[in-house]
Amino acid sequence: MENLGLLAPLVVLIPSIGAIINIFWGARLGEKWVGSIATIASALTFGVVVLLYVFMNYNYYQGVNVNPPVFESWINIPSAGLNIPWQQRVDSLSVTMMLIITGIGTLIHVYSIGYMHGDERYHRYFAFLNMFLAFMLVLVTANNYLVMFVGWEGVGLCSFLLIGFWFDRSGVAWRNSLAARKAFIMNRIGDFGVIMSMVLMFAVFGTLTYYEAGEVANPTYNEHLVEEIQHEAEAAEADLATGISEVTVGEVANAGEHTAAEPAPAEGQHAAPAEGEHETGPALPATSNDSIVYEDLGVFSRAQILSEQGGDVVVGPFTMPITTALTLITLFLLLGATGKSAQIPLFTWLPDAMAGPTPASALIHAATMVTAGVYIMVRSNVLFELTPTTMAVVALVGSATALVGGFIAMGQWDIKRVLAYSTVSQLGFMVAAVGVGAFGAAIFHLVTHAFFKALLFLASGSVIHGVEHGHHHVHEHGHDDEHDDHEEAFDPQDMRNMGGLRRRMPVTYFVYLIGTLALMGIFPLAGFWSKDEILADAWTAGLQDNNVIGYIVFGLLLVSAGFTAFYMWRQIVLVFHGKPRTEAAGHAPESAKMMLVPMLVLAFFSFFGGFMNTPRGVLGLEKIFGPHELTEWLESSVMRVHAGEFYLWIAILSLVVAIGMAIMANRIYARVPVFNRKRDPLEMMEATQQMWTMANARLYWDNFYDRIFVNPFRRTSAWLATELDDRFLHDWVHNKVLWNGFNAIAHFLSRDVDQKVVDGAVNGAGRVTRWGANTLRRSQSGYIRVYAITLLFGVVVVVLVLLLPLLQRG
Amino acid sequence: MVTQIEPYVMLSIVLFVLGVMGVLLRRNAILIFMSIELMLNAANLSLVAFASYWGQTSGQIFVFFVIAVAAAEVAVGLAMIVAIFRTRQSINVDDLHQMEG
Repeated sequence: MENLGLLAPLVVLIPSIGAIINIFWGARLGEKWVGSIATIASALTFGVVVLLYVFMNYNYYQGVNVNPPVFESWINIPSAGLNIPWQQRVDSLSVTMMLIITGIGTLIHVYSIGYMHGDERYHRYFAFLNMFLAFMLVLVTANNYLVMFVGWEGVGLCSFLLIGFWFDRSGVAWRNSLAARKAFIMNRIGDFGVIMSMVLMFAVFGTLTYYEAGEVANPTYNEHLVEEIQHEAEAAEADLATGISEVTVGEVANAGEHTAAEPAPAEGQHAAPAEGEHETGPALPATSNDSIVYEDLGVFSRAQILSEQGGDVVVGPFTMPITTALTLITLFLLLGATGKSAQIPLFTWLPDAMAGPTPASALIHAATMVTAGVYIMVRSNVLFELTPTTMAVVALVGSATALVGGFIAMGQWDIKRVLAYSTVSQLGFMVAAVGVGAFGAAIFHLVTHAFFKALLFLASGSVIHGVEHGHHHVHEHGHDDEHDDHEEAFDPQDMRNMGGLRRRMPVTYFVYLIGTLALMGIFPLAGFWSKDEILADAWTAGLQDNNVIGYIVFGLLLVSAGFTAFYMWRQIVLVFHGKPRTEAAGHAPESAKMMLVPMLVLAFFSFFGGFMNTPRGVLGLEKIFGPHELTEWLESSVMRVHAGEFYLWIAILSLVVAIGMAIMANRIYARVPVFNRKRDPLEMMEATQQMWTMANARLYWDNFYDRIFVNPFRRTSAWLATELDDRFLHDWVHNKVLWNGFNAIAHFLSRDVDQKVVDGAVNGAGRVTRWGANTLRRSQSGYIRVYAITLLFGVVVVVLVLLLPLLQRG
Repeated sequence: MVTQIEPYVMLSIVLFVLGVMGVLLRRNAILIFMSIELMLNAANLSLVAFASYWGQTSGQIFVFFVIAVAAAEVAVGLAMIVAIFRTRQSINVDDLHQMEG
């Protein structure tokens, strides 16, 4: 039991192995094996995560650090005081994320087996999907920002690969590639924020680790916990002392599990272990970090200590107050979150990301990856809570994004694009919740949103699949001649080509309806609870802390909730109600079982998922499901989490808004008989025409970016390419300066240096030798007389030399 | 026993100089040969004279060796002169300068 936490490395390892097998041998294995391997890898990971969940319950919800083997000192630079191990953190927050990622991931794997059937790069798709799971799990299990960043970049890569998965599909190849590139580049801007944040954090605090081993994440929570455990232990012992049978002990144990953990183990001072089954309990958790020195604390505790001390910190050449440093750190982190979680100003990549396969959109661009930004902000809740300025910015960014996303979604025709903007909007809800300090509500909405948005995407994939098949069906059955003109233009994702699918695809309609109602926030579906909690928390923030931001967020989010109901009901009406507007829609078949089952599972969770965090005082529901279960569970790892209050009037108000807007959408869209004119009724009405055009044009946001950033960038690139590179570098520098310069130097070297100096020296040596020889050979005359007289002179000279010393002496 | 060395040395010098002159000035190979012999004998004379003067026998013994070597040299030299005369019908050394460089 104690060692169950050590399984954590497996959650990264198993999907990695799946990805490696599929990428290298997938092409040879065939569809059946590829799909099975990937799905089994995902399901096994889910199993491991469930074990981790069990472990958390056993360990009093206390987070543990796990050091995977081999990576113990991942980055170690002693001279810089930098030692970053590849450490994993298993705590309630990361386990929540892991459950979502692997649970929904597994369902989407199953769905993909049906959806991707027949694709020529089937194995590659599943390899990418598994690789995504591995990186996402690296992201959420990391125990420091740098390891987290590895996952952060990895999921960005997988997102890029999957958006551009059909980079060669005829007709839309260029669009898909551009979308992938856009997503990647916009995420780079966010990554810049994360890197800056990490650099600042390391400069200020000297560490990037979340929590060191033995550190308590939330001391207040642990104090309550220990009290509770001791209390129960005493009660249990009292029962034992009075001779009540073991059955009662067992009952107490079960009751204990419900609130905290198993009843107090016998390691307390009160008595020796009485029962064998109690001996194996874990040690009681610590209740404070006071005994730990600064150097042994993680970044959050250090931030708290420094912030309490006040004073200045030195960051490189700058000296700034600690609050400024913290504000900078959190603002940069927010920039990273806006990139990954598609918030203003970096949200425009997410709608384009729908170019990828629909299940990938469901997993990556709705349920998991895009929530990474929210996750990292909740993870850094301590830092954010210390800086009110950033909190205000976060709240405004989130609620503005919710509003903008909801507004744009009302004017879109593409079924997936509507859902994409809806995702942007819902992510805005989560970020706004972070901004008003409702970290628990943010994670709650993250979880429920993962359920119903994944469901909606899968269902829309089913619709697209059906319409595509219907189109092929029509095409094959002899209508070729009439429809050839329309062949190119047919878009299976355009809602104008749908209608009346309710009868053709009843199961899809059913799950779509559940997803829609959950997203709209209709009681008692999942979305109702989470959205209501965010609204209530925003209101509470305004009311209790006198924070104007809270009211602003409340207002904006309420309007966005209205938008949500409107565009979702518009979608339901356009897709499923009325009569089929094309023959393709009229012949659309229901999808395969492989695709329906995951949707039904998700529909179940979309319906009941909200009960995991039931607030107090709603029809007595908390007695069945327990009050604020999720919040309490998160409390052990997220310091600033607190159970929100429930306002009946807010719940009713949001319900009224949602239902009212849905009815309005119904009146507008259901009454228009047929959409042959391809125009939206809102567009045809004088009063709303401008508004609809704005929404349809996505508020000109993309055009704005094109004009301000993309086009100048392209023009600059073009200028650099033609003027600087081609004309200046190539034509002038290369061809003129370098080419001619080289030629000149080469000529000089060959003609002057080589031919004159080198050759001259060599030839000169030869000539001198010949001249010397010619001169000397004359002395060899051949006449004996000459030799004899030379000899004589030689003798005379020798004799003189010998005699000279004698003569001088004499 | 020689008591006065000067006359011997003087005679030896005269003979040697005559030999040198002969070698340098004559053209006939036989005569050049004879002049060389003259120089050798001049040297022999001074050796013998000095040996007698100093009362040592080594110089006299040395002369024997010189005479023996000179005899061998004459034998070789005359043979060569005969061979040259047979081929060229002349023993004029000025004609014999094929070895010039």
